[in-house]
Amino acid sequence: MNSDVTVVTKKQTTQPVIFLNKRKWLNKIVFYTTISLGALIMIIPFLWMLSTSIKDQGATMTLPPQFIPETITFTNYAQVAESFPIWKFLFNSFFVAVTSTLGQLLLCSMAAYAFSRLHFKGRDTLFLIYLATLMVPMQVTMTPQFILMKYLGWLDTYQGLILPGLFNAFGTFLLRQFFLGIPKSLEEAAFIDGASHFRVFFQIILPLSKPALATLAIFSFMQSWNNFLWPLIIVSNQDLMTVPLGLSILQGRWATDWNLLMAGVVISVIPILAVYLFAQKYFIKGITLSGIK
Amino acid sequence: MVGDKGWKKWLVISFFLLPNFIGFLVFIGIPILTSLGLSFTKWDLLSTPEFIGFDNYKGIIEDTEFWSALKNTLLFIIAYLPTVLIVALGIAMLLNKNMKGRAFFRAAYFIPVVSSWVAVSLIWKWLFNPAYGLVNYFLSWFGFVGPDWLQDPQWAMIAIVLTSVWKDTGFVMVLFLAGLQNISETYYEAAEIDGASPIKKFLHITIPLLTPTTFFILIISLINSFQVFDQVMIMTEGGPAGSTTVLVQKIYNHAFRYFEMGYASAVSWVLFLIIFIVTLIQNRLQKRWVDYEQ
Repeated sequence: MNSDVTVVTKKQTTQPVIFLNKRKWLNKIVFYTTISLGALIMIIPFLWMLSTSIKDQGATMTLPPQFIPETITFTNYAQVAESFPIWKFLFNSFFVAVTSTLGQLLLCSMAAYAFSRLHFKGRDTLFLIYLATLMVPMQVTMTPQFILMKYLGWLDTYQGLILPGLFNAFGTFLLRQFFLGIPKSLEEAAFIDGASHFRVFFQIILPLSKPALATLAIFSFMQSWNNFLWPLIIVSNQDLMTVPLGLSILQGRWATDWNLLMAGVVISVIPILAVYLFAQKYFIKGITLSGIK
Repeated sequence: MVGDKGWKKWLVISFFLLPNFIGFLVFIGIPILTSLGLSFTKWDLLSTPEFIGFDNYKGIIEDTEFWSALKNTLLFIIAYLPTVLIVALGIAMLLNKNMKGRAFFRAAYFIPVVSSWVAVSLIWKWLFNPAYGLVNYFLSWFGFVGPDWLQDPQWAMIAIVLTSVWKDTGFVMVLFLAGLQNISETYYEAAEIDGASPIKKFLHITIPLLTPTTFFILIISLINSFQVFDQVMIMTEGGPAGSTTVLVQKIYNHAFRYFEMGYASAVSWVLFLIIFIVTLIQNRLQKRWVDYEQ
């Protein structure tokens, strides 16, 4: 805010000090009102979700709407948990997201090491081919991938949920860019001491790449946790459903029981929000680096 | 260096690259080529694929549903893209100041971004409920009777656009914030000495120096919006009366509802072609308006 003050003083050196403060305050009030209104628009839908999830069915159909319900009930959560294997959904989502994330970190960082540190014929052409596939929308690959899953007998399996998602060129690209920025002098010293590529990779490159790895980890976790289309295509057994898919079948069953639906949504949103709040810094960084949701 | 000669060198390369490369080939490379091949066949998943040349592509040209899906996708983009860009830029400008509670506000705007599309779509479906939804209740404060958003062909797409803008604002805002922080303070200081007004500073410093960021956002958002699907699937399933059927919804329907794998693949290649051409045009046009001088 300091710079604002100097602008005002420079322009209006003849104005009395009181006026200056008034104007500054007015600016501040307008500024905070606007930004708070915006933030309210972002937050109210979530509060409304929470509020609906602890109402009984009748209280969802009142006008004016009750923001704080007259009677608070948690039976909606109990009913969601009784009618659907919601814990199983959560476990599946966690299991799929964690394994996809770890798998991507390992596979992408190894390939990125090859693309940035090892020299072989056709390396750069191969990397360009990787990059080119980034432009192909997943709708192009999803039909053949589905057919492949069907022939492998991987419909309704964890490997079907996890494996195809491990191999997108994005992670390799992100880490290669980061590895290229690491000065080579560090490894050269290690090589002179007789270290192998494995040691250099695991003991020098990876520890130095923590920020990039964290960014990729959060990015893949979020992508996997929120993925809807792929599970929708290959999973029909409730025991293998992830949370977004589970939510969509909740909707099929309780199209108008908003209190129950919102309880389901709350259960689905809380884990990812917790992860976000713990790792905010990396989320923002990941988005800025990638531009991909 | 150790192991840089002969078979040892290839052993090292294979160790690092092969796991990724095999998976890439099986799950990305081959599917892309298969999909191109399938687009020239007629196949219901059960019988053997039958080669039919360009018939699928000819079929697309005659398919009125395809044109209406394309039209709906374009309508979505035309309404969504400028709105989300302007709103996000506005908020980014506000948040770019050194202010109290900045972290809190940034977090608030970002919460919809991390939530899944399915969750967000369900929340907004409830907010858009014609009788008890908050949106129409809010409109009633001003004496308006809100429409039956998701059941009315005139309003359903608008509801989907509003939901999408709400969810993506934080994402675009973060990108703009990064761009704003790259603009050197010295430009503003120089302008201040010349006595430039805030509006002039915005038009002649911020906007031009932000064009590389804006260009990047445009490319990414256009690609993403051509692939709009989750929110449509949950909120309207393409209805009412096909008014929100978008291209990906159409691909999904043909592949996984009617089991027309060949036709679905052909539509997906048309989608890829459209995205590719639009990106190419944007790249060509960038010289005219993107300012890389900084």
